[in-house]
Amino acid sequence: MGWFRRFRATFATGDGGFDEERRFHIDARTAEYVRHGMTEEDARREAVKRFGNATLARERTRDVDVIRWIDDVRRDTGHALRMLRRNPGFTLLALVCLTLGIGANVAVFSWIEGILLRPFPLVVDQDRLFAVTGTERGTPGHTDVSWPDWLDLRRNSTLAEAFVGEKITGTTLSIGDRAERAPGSIVSANYFDAIGVRPMLGRSFAAGEDAGRNAYPVTVISYQMWHDRFHSDPAIIGKTQVLAGLPHTIVGVAPEGFYGTFVGYAFQFWVPASMQPQFDAGAYKLEDRGARWIEGFVRLKRGVTIEQAQSELSAIAARLEADYPETNRGRGIRLYPLWQTPFNNAGALVPTLGIALVVVLAILLIACANVGNLLLLRAFARQQEMTIRLSVGAGRGRLVKQLLTEGLILSSIAAAGGFVVASWLRDALALLTPPRGGILLRLPGELDWRVLALSAVVCLLSTLLFGLAPALLTSNIDLASALRSQSGSVIGVRSRSWVRSTLVLVQMSLSFVLLVGAGLLIQSLQAIRHASPGFSTDGVLTTTVDLFTAGYEAERAKIFQDELIDRMQAIGGVESAALSRMTPFSYRTYSTAPIAVDGYDAPRDQQPTAEYNEIGPGFLATIGIPLVSGREFTRADNETAPLVAVVDEMMAAQFWRGEDPVGRRVQVRNRWMQVVGVARNARYRNLLETPKPFFYVPLRQNFSATTALQIRTARRPAALTPALVREIHALDANVAPSEVITMREQVERTTAPQRISVTILVVFGSLALVLAAIGLYGVMAAMVSQRSGELALRMALGAGAADLLRLVLSKGLALTAGGVAIGLLTALQGTRLLGYLLYKVEPRDPLAFASAVVVVALASLVACVVPAWRATRTDPLRALRA
Amino acid sequence: MLRRRKKTDALQGTLDLLVLQTLSRGPHHGYGIAADIQSISDDILRVEEGSLYPALHRMEHLGWIAAEWQTTSNNRRARVYRLTRAGQKRLDDERARWDQLTRAVAKVLRFA
Repeated sequence: MGWFRRFRATFATGDGGFDEERRFHIDARTAEYVRHGMTEEDARREAVKRFGNATLARERTRDVDVIRWIDDVRRDTGHALRMLRRNPGFTLLALVCLTLGIGANVAVFSWIEGILLRPFPLVVDQDRLFAVTGTERGTPGHTDVSWPDWLDLRRNSTLAEAFVGEKITGTTLSIGDRAERAPGSIVSANYFDAIGVRPMLGRSFAAGEDAGRNAYPVTVISYQMWHDRFHSDPAIIGKTQVLAGLPHTIVGVAPEGFYGTFVGYAFQFWVPASMQPQFDAGAYKLEDRGARWIEGFVRLKRGVTIEQAQSELSAIAARLEADYPETNRGRGIRLYPLWQTPFNNAGALVPTLGIALVVVLAILLIACANVGNLLLLRAFARQQEMTIRLSVGAGRGRLVKQLLTEGLILSSIAAAGGFVVASWLRDALALLTPPRGGILLRLPGELDWRVLALSAVVCLLSTLLFGLAPALLTSNIDLASALRSQSGSVIGVRSRSWVRSTLVLVQMSLSFVLLVGAGLLIQSLQAIRHASPGFSTDGVLTTTVDLFTAGYEAERAKIFQDELIDRMQAIGGVESAALSRMTPFSYRTYSTAPIAVDGYDAPRDQQPTAEYNEIGPGFLATIGIPLVSGREFTRADNETAPLVAVVDEMMAAQFWRGEDPVGRRVQVRNRWMQVVGVARNARYRNLLETPKPFFYVPLRQNFSATTALQIRTARRPAALTPALVREIHALDANVAPSEVITMREQVERTTAPQRISVTILVVFGSLALVLAAIGLYGVMAAMVSQRSGELALRMALGAGAADLLRLVLSKGLALTAGGVAIGLLTALQGTRLLGYLLYKVEPRDPLAFASAVVVVALASLVACVVPAWRATRTDPLRALRA
Repeated sequence: MLRRRKKTDALQGTLDLLVLQTLSRGPHHGYGIAADIQSISDDILRVEEGSLYPALHRMEHLGWIAAEWQTTSNNRRARVYRLTRAGQKRLDDERARWDQLTRAVAKVLRFA
């Protein structure tokens, strides 16, 4: 009751009747004194005197009536809002700086939250979820895991609550005469139960549905597929959908907002692991310990650390290695935190997001320095106000609190604006990333309560950062000299201009570092653009022709493929055409197999493996990979001919130690093949891969009905597509090619992390420079106006406009030079952090450093010219008289 | 610092007791309370006005007394305070404590 009344009184105007009470008291006392024989005048004087300090009593009474701290905050807020309204220019500029600074931070936080930390909406307990992959001794990186190994891990682990196996796959959905890929996932039967996602219609997979060759053609489809393709049919359960050429019974619909557990893609369907052969063009891998294809996650029991789980899984892997040396020699298991997951887009985005985080923190610092400078500038103007407040007895602490309140209001408004900015930028990463295989990436920011809390912390910290120094300096006024002196040059000016110059130094050095980083990444991107992947990027087009999904069995598919190549080569302008299972730089994975070579002994605990591509006749010539020796495959290398292979230079060097392997043999998955040629090394997955041995086998001897089609032609994709579709439809109206693109496009789609980093650094680097230039301008302008007396005196004593110009410019450029020097030292140490994003560019590349110097120098010149010009316009008479 | 606070607490406690006791005889405005205390104590206890009003407002928030604006006989508005049930209980407690204290002090004085 009392508490409520005090709360109300806190926000009420007036004094709660104290003055009227006091008046009544004094009147009554006066009357009493008069009764005792005093004159009216004396009595009143005596009564007032007896009451004592009215102001003090009023304050004490009010203190009792209100909740003290809320009252202070209320008063400070009101005061601050009035001050901000009175200086709209200052307020606007400060808000713009802070909104950009805080907004950029919130955006990056939300990306990190939504992509790395809690990437899977609706999945429960993501904190205990870890990625599981295989390892291969002697080979860096990760491999997939075989299904029998996966089951053994699941059976033998005591620290894991659940193993969730899954493998990204896809199917072709026909939409009119266009084929569209839809990403989906082959999962273990416990998938939905283990991740805690309940289908909104129907059921999840039943235990046991992940065993047997194509035994359970059932599927859970996504909400989006149910909505778009089946028009939200409530009676969908039990209907069928053709996936990978086979009708699947729809047993469930995933809830809205669930996109699967793969960073980067929104999955459209899930099938149990028993359907693996259907989605792998027939190869049955569920009972093959040598076939590694599954990956996934483990949810650890509560309180189990990743180290404990890792050592348990490693022990299980070692037992498997001892039990099955043939298939498991050198094989291990490795756990990763979710944000380092190597098999989805999380791992690739870590460096980019790390850089983004550093960059936006730098932006925030620069923005804070700017607002701090603005506050100092204004503090100068408010010196009078502060002096008076201090001299009438305001505590210094109250002044600091009040100035910080102003700062907090600024940053709170900016944080609200920052959230708007961040929600606009939610999908910016996905938009910067080109679709791969015709599928749009899904890389959303997530603005949840954690991001909210972190942003509030940033908001508070930045308030302290930009508000505290000005507040302390402003309230640190030597009263005596401040009151004595009428002019503006009071104590504190020297220390203030020192602080302001330091802030500009910090800004200049930070923006210099960002510009160096941007310069390096731009060069890196240029180098990537001009890098040769080892095959022709111009004049070669590629597309996919999926006969497996179209229901072709091998014999019909072979006839179709031969005819298709003949027809393609008959089209005008087509030099050659060739099929292969994989096109280089595709998002799909190459086949991989254990290999053995006569006369090559691998270390005892290692099993050499290599990746290979199944290619048709003329593939190497079509795509432009030259032969070093021997020949490439022809139509004669078919299923009745002896098995043959073409190896690349790297493989030749490693296994035949520089001798020409043509005529020698290589064993691939227990089949001996004769080497008939050596191809020049090329890049196979992306431009930055570490080179590994690679070889080719004839498509006819290792058949796949799903193929990429490469066409060497000078024609544009758009010009060729109609002819391509026409020829394919002439063979079968039900088959449609996917999007036709150039190999250059195909290569560039793999450089997304670099491009995102470049975009972020260039955009934010320019922003930083503009903010820093504004800061420099502010300092110089203030210097010119504060020192107008001195400048006028110099003019009166005969200094010319050129002298004054030089004076101001040299001061400004000295600040810039200092900032660049600090930035130089930082950048020399820091640019190494760009790591793998730098391609063929040294972290200390002189060109990047030099151009950053030039850009910063130009920007600061622009920022100094206006104040310098104003200095030359000083009217000595007026300035000296003032 | 600590000592000073203790002292004001003790004094404040006494002021509270005096105000509550005065109001137990009927509602009164601030001036009346001060005048009553002074006259009943034969001019020995003089209440400081600077302390009286904050104390009245504080006790009001604590719910020991209630206040109301009333018009007096000579047509002036005065804020009149009266004892509440909680205030009456508080007064009884305070009086018991005060009696105990004075008895104890008297005992010591007699003994010494």
